[in-house]
Amino acid sequence: MTLLNHSPSRIKSNQDQCDLRYKTLDITLKRNRHQPDALIEVLHKAQESFGYLEEGVLRYIARQLKLPLSRVYGVASFYHLFNLEPSGAHRCIVCLGTACYVKGAGQILEQLETTLQVKVGETTPDGQISLLSARCLGACGIAPAVVLDDVVSGQQTAESAIHAVQSVRTPVVAGQGD
Amino acid sequence: MDISELYRLAERGRSRRKPFRIRCCMAAGCQSSGAIAVKQVLADALSAAGLNDKVELCSVGCLRFCGHGPMIATDPDEALYERVTPENACSILGALNGESSMAPRCDGNQPFFADQLPIVLENSGQIDPSRIEDYIAVGGYESLYQVLYDLTPAETVAAITQSGLRGRGGGGYPTGLKWSTVAKMSGDQKYVICNADEGDPGAFMDRSVLESDPHRVLEGMAISGYAIGASHGFIYVRAEYPLAIQRLQKAIQQAKRYGLLGSQIFDAGFDFKIDIRIGAGAFVCGEETALIHSIEGRRGNPRPRPPYPAESGLWGCPTLINNVETFANITPIIRNGPDWFRNIGTAGSAGTKVFALTGKVQNTGLIEVPMGTTLRRIVEAMGGGVTEGRVKAVQTGGPSGGCIPAQFFDTPVDYESLQKLGTIMGSGGMIVMDDNTSMVEIAQFYMEFCREESCGKCVPCRAGTVQLHELLSKIVNHQATVVDLEHLEALCQMVQEMSLCGLGQSAPNPVLSTLRYFRDEYLARLKPSMLEEVGHHVR
Repeated sequence: MTLLNHSPSRIKSNQDQCDLRYKTLDITLKRNRHQPDALIEVLHKAQESFGYLEEGVLRYIARQLKLPLSRVYGVASFYHLFNLEPSGAHRCIVCLGTACYVKGAGQILEQLETTLQVKVGETTPDGQISLLSARCLGACGIAPAVVLDDVVSGQQTAESAIHAVQSVRTPVVAGQGD
Repeated sequence: MDISELYRLAERGRSRRKPFRIRCCMAAGCQSSGAIAVKQVLADALSAAGLNDKVELCSVGCLRFCGHGPMIATDPDEALYERVTPENACSILGALNGESSMAPRCDGNQPFFADQLPIVLENSGQIDPSRIEDYIAVGGYESLYQVLYDLTPAETVAAITQSGLRGRGGGGYPTGLKWSTVAKMSGDQKYVICNADEGDPGAFMDRSVLESDPHRVLEGMAISGYAIGASHGFIYVRAEYPLAIQRLQKAIQQAKRYGLLGSQIFDAGFDFKIDIRIGAGAFVCGEETALIHSIEGRRGNPRPRPPYPAESGLWGCPTLINNVETFANITPIIRNGPDWFRNIGTAGSAGTKVFALTGKVQNTGLIEVPMGTTLRRIVEAMGGGVTEGRVKAVQTGGPSGGCIPAQFFDTPVDYESLQKLGTIMGSGGMIVMDDNTSMVEIAQFYMEFCREESCGKCVPCRAGTVQLHELLSKIVNHQATVVDLEHLEALCQMVQEMSLCGLGQSAPNPVLSTLRYFRDEYLARLKPSMLEEVGHHVR
């Protein structure tokens, strides 16, 4: 099978998806009566539907809220939770809060970096795993905590974290890229 | 809604209770340990056994023993189970009949539980946080009614002043004084803000309160709104707490439906609405002026004070900002009277404090103790000591606080005593460290945190934290000289004195406090060729 055969329908479905995402954003804008102080809520919603905040989305939000783009970009780049770059298919977040840190979260992160061959904040070249760190998830009672695709697991070791990450990774089938 | 209707709801809530109750902790910690699956197994087993009219299975907030989750409690025998799994959960049903259970029992009389004095957490683990009826059944919203009908706004402020309550966010500013400052301001538009941006790593008290008993916070906010003359409140919650946000949203909806929030609350001519604002991961937003900017949809940069938010806060209007735990204390103070509250704790610090006990300690979880409880009691008796080795120190106040070495463990925990030891009460994170924890590395860890979280507005904090972190890394890597150590101390002082907001002003605290008590650890990490010279210095 070749990519070419599928491309017309794929482009169409992408467009539909795109429209749907803008529609979700419009609902949030309307609910907040296009008030500029709702910028952070709107950005949250945009990231939720688009995955990350691409320039076109930021421009759209700026227009809708009647704010200068600089202000929208300024806010989007200030807060840690907003991503201006697309992230991998799976997100692995190692909590580096104090409780997790004293219980060895640093070593877990180090070993994950070695295994995945990326630095924290980066995504594996195959676009599968984004390795991230967090400043305390409030899960200190079960430290050290690792979040994989929004599921928090407590009392982790380097081995258990690596095992979990490897198991969500879709195996690359040889020849698929041809 | 009037009071007779509230009483009727409360009565109905109490009468629907069944002879047996199984309370499953559904706070974030236990959920991560598999509590949802456990509850499902129990629900299926109850249906299969046809016990649904006798046994009530409910989701409750935090049962405190987070490190041993999933936790389950049963009534009326008040048994507590820890580390329940889907496999052994069903045996808890048999235990209600007096049979022995496969699920490990947890001793509810051990100091961890016995030494607690729940005021803020009184409903935590007792009621279903997603049902307003449960909160009303234990007397919820009666204090709001009492305030609206029996007290004037001035009398409400006076009651809080008299109670001696101090801000639980860490600063310890007298709450009554704050309220009266905002109350005295002229202007029709005032705001109430609940600071739920619990950013200190190692602290999760506010998360637990919001997840376990959200209505208590809403009620406290409404009372404060009446006292200061505000009709609009905001809760600023971290985005990292999705469950807390979800429960708050639900709680606000329910309160609105019952007319306990909105316009004409209890037909008393008082309007109060609450909106949620979600943060986006910036520690500096815990600082009040930065938080206000964030609610306004701006970058969370702090600004110089004065003017204080009490004078000019949200959109330039007088604004009252209190922490979650502070608001959670309001209802019991109104219900039981200020003198009752004043008699708990110490002379200067009334009431209780919730701590998140974590780190290298046997029993991790949430505790609420009267102010003045000694650290030894907390760490050794309640926490059960360290998992291995010897307790070295306890860290309080997160990146703004400091470490207390074990020789000072007989210090009572209150605002002043902790300050004397060079740390702060903070919001309540208490991280226990053992022999294996290097204090220099801890200082480096916190400085890295502050460096990352510095908003960049003022130079002392933006550049100072970078330099401090580099110096600390140099020491950690055995490359520093005595001169570097002197630089470190001088720079600490500079950043402390010159920074714009609390983040920068307190960023050097972990370094200064570890230098004060663990200086030899710093010296031992200097460049090997320096060690001889250091020996000379010491002599």
